[in-house]
Amino acid sequence: MKLVQLIEWLRARMRLVVKVCLVVLALLVILDALPAVVDKSHAHTEVEKWPGFWAVFGLVGCAFLIVASKAFGKLGIMREEDYYDE
Amino acid sequence: MSELWLHPALILVLGALALPWVPERARKVWLLAVPLLAFWRVTQLEPGIHGELGFLNWTLVFGRVDALSQIFGYIMGLVCVIATLYGLHVKEPGQHSAAWFYAAGSLGVIYAGDFLTLFVFWELMAFASVFLIWYRRGTRAVAAGYRYLLVHVAGGLSLLAGIILHHGATGSLRFETFQWGQGGAAGWLILAGFLLNAAVPPLHAWLPDAYAEGTFNGSVFLSALTTKTAVYALCRGFAGWEILVPLGVVMALYGVVYAVLENDCRRLLAYHIISQVGYMVAGVGMGTAMAINGACAHAFAHILYKGLLFMGCGAVLHMTGESRFTELGGLYKKMPWTFLFTLIGGLSISAFPLFSGFVSKSMIVAAGFEGHRLWAAYLLMLASVGTFLHTGLKVPYFIWFGKNRCRTETWERAADPPWNMNVAMAVASFLCIFIGCYTPYLYKMLPHQEVVGEYHPYTAYHVSETLLVLLFTAVGFFLLLKKLEPTPTISLDLDWFYRKAGRLFLRWAEGPVQRLDAWVGTLYQNIGLSGLMRTARLMGQFDQRVIDGAVDGLAAAVAAAGARVRKAQRGHLQESLALAFAAAAVLLLVFLWFW
Repeated sequence: MKLVQLIEWLRARMRLVVKVCLVVLALLVILDALPAVVDKSHAHTEVEKWPGFWAVFGLVGCAFLIVASKAFGKLGIMREEDYYDE
Repeated sequence: MSELWLHPALILVLGALALPWVPERARKVWLLAVPLLAFWRVTQLEPGIHGELGFLNWTLVFGRVDALSQIFGYIMGLVCVIATLYGLHVKEPGQHSAAWFYAAGSLGVIYAGDFLTLFVFWELMAFASVFLIWYRRGTRAVAAGYRYLLVHVAGGLSLLAGIILHHGATGSLRFETFQWGQGGAAGWLILAGFLLNAAVPPLHAWLPDAYAEGTFNGSVFLSALTTKTAVYALCRGFAGWEILVPLGVVMALYGVVYAVLENDCRRLLAYHIISQVGYMVAGVGMGTAMAINGACAHAFAHILYKGLLFMGCGAVLHMTGESRFTELGGLYKKMPWTFLFTLIGGLSISAFPLFSGFVSKSMIVAAGFEGHRLWAAYLLMLASVGTFLHTGLKVPYFIWFGKNRCRTETWERAADPPWNMNVAMAVASFLCIFIGCYTPYLYKMLPHQEVVGEYHPYTAYHVSETLLVLLFTAVGFFLLLKKLEPTPTISLDLDWFYRKAGRLFLRWAEGPVQRLDAWVGTLYQNIGLSGLMRTARLMGQFDQRVIDGAVDGLAAAVAAAGARVRKAQRGHLQESLALAFAAAAVLLLVFLWFW
């Protein structure tokens, strides 16, 4: 199947794929900081106008959600699968 | 009845009743034709009040057709077509019938103009949908179904109590908007009934409990209908109720937190229903024209992408028999198309540009920013991070990539599903992308047309902001991949109180309470008894001489009266019972004869 071949072609070039992705990310952050490309005059708060604000928000938010949720789960929320069976 | 008005729900009900008698050969045609006909009927409805029916002292309104009911009716009709197609190869007619009754209940609620009609269809939804869980069979599904039903009956009672109080206070049964804070106890009870169906914490635990136990195709219906019908009811009845904003934000984050911990992919998706419905509830609470538009648009888009996600994970369950991440992985070689469709669903729910969530979710967040509810808007953005983290990344990664944890038989069984399931997923995928790319399709249906022109999702800033948030979430995901490895656990939620607390109380009662009982018994024998005997002797004398005389006379009188009453009552009761049974028997015969 063609779709599988495409996925395997990409997986075989994992390092390259990761590099391309990182370049794209860097480009997006740069473009976001250029007022000529991204007009931020309608942003609702001041912090949104800082360059890279939403990138940091995504990264920190993601890490925060994972760490905080796992800590919550360790408080006794996560149990073995047969907990309710008797 | 004011006119002959064909309710779209009636098409589904009649189709469902006739289904068992449709010959096996023609069944697939019937399964496609009935929901298509119902959907066509929805698109043909004219705005206005239709299907009025006098009943006792009230006027029941079956067909209130306006922009708000039309957008919800349209999407319910559409998803019924797609979900039936998805389960087309399921041989049990009962399952299809239950699903259609359930969809009919949803359409009935949406077009109901009065509370009594709404309540009847509301209960129809609960009682029909539980069969979509029970048909999974096995003790877990049956138990989950009973819990689901009990919770919904409780919610229905709250709704009914509210309706009765409302009627008592206003003398009207019309279903109109309550002003914030002015509904009194009736308003709050009705709101509680609606909030339970919308799965707002703390009334939410039934949802992940039940939806993860439903049949592979039944859960597609479940994911679409109950919560979004409740969102419709909230839009209609409680727009602008401030309390819904914090509740919605809490919901949006609550679902995200539990999704981190979840090992079952369908339960993870169920928690994300709570999260996504949180956006809609918050939008209803903001109550501005743009926020209500956002809530409706998001419900519309959500039904499609969540249905698609449940179809993708349902296909994995159907083909492999597994839905836990710890038993899956590396399936891209076996189920590549299912992966692609699920990924489209994941990108849509995460609100990637060009996918449906992008043009709907952002409307609610923008309404939040514009209403200067900055904390709400930022927290909803944080929930978006969580949404992409789980549904867009965790689900596809741990099912189709990651470490292959499949047992041999799971791996052997895995393959892309039958054609009808693939087509249903393809249709839903197309619609998710179509809505994201061609906004007028959805925006033309929104209830507040006057503000539609003010909102443009595709501005450079919005696209850039969304891409940065989501792609850097992906960076975080891959950096913290180790922390997200699934574990074979379940997570306790508030259903613990009705699943475990009762049993723990019983066990506790068996131990300490029994010992206490025995101790009191011994104490009583040693100390209490001698004193008691003396008192008893005195009491006995008093009893014999004074009370007996009085009581004997009274008892004789009561017995005589009782005998008379019993005779009269029994005769009547037997008569009425006989009549009822005779009538039922005649009806049954007529039914069998003419069918």
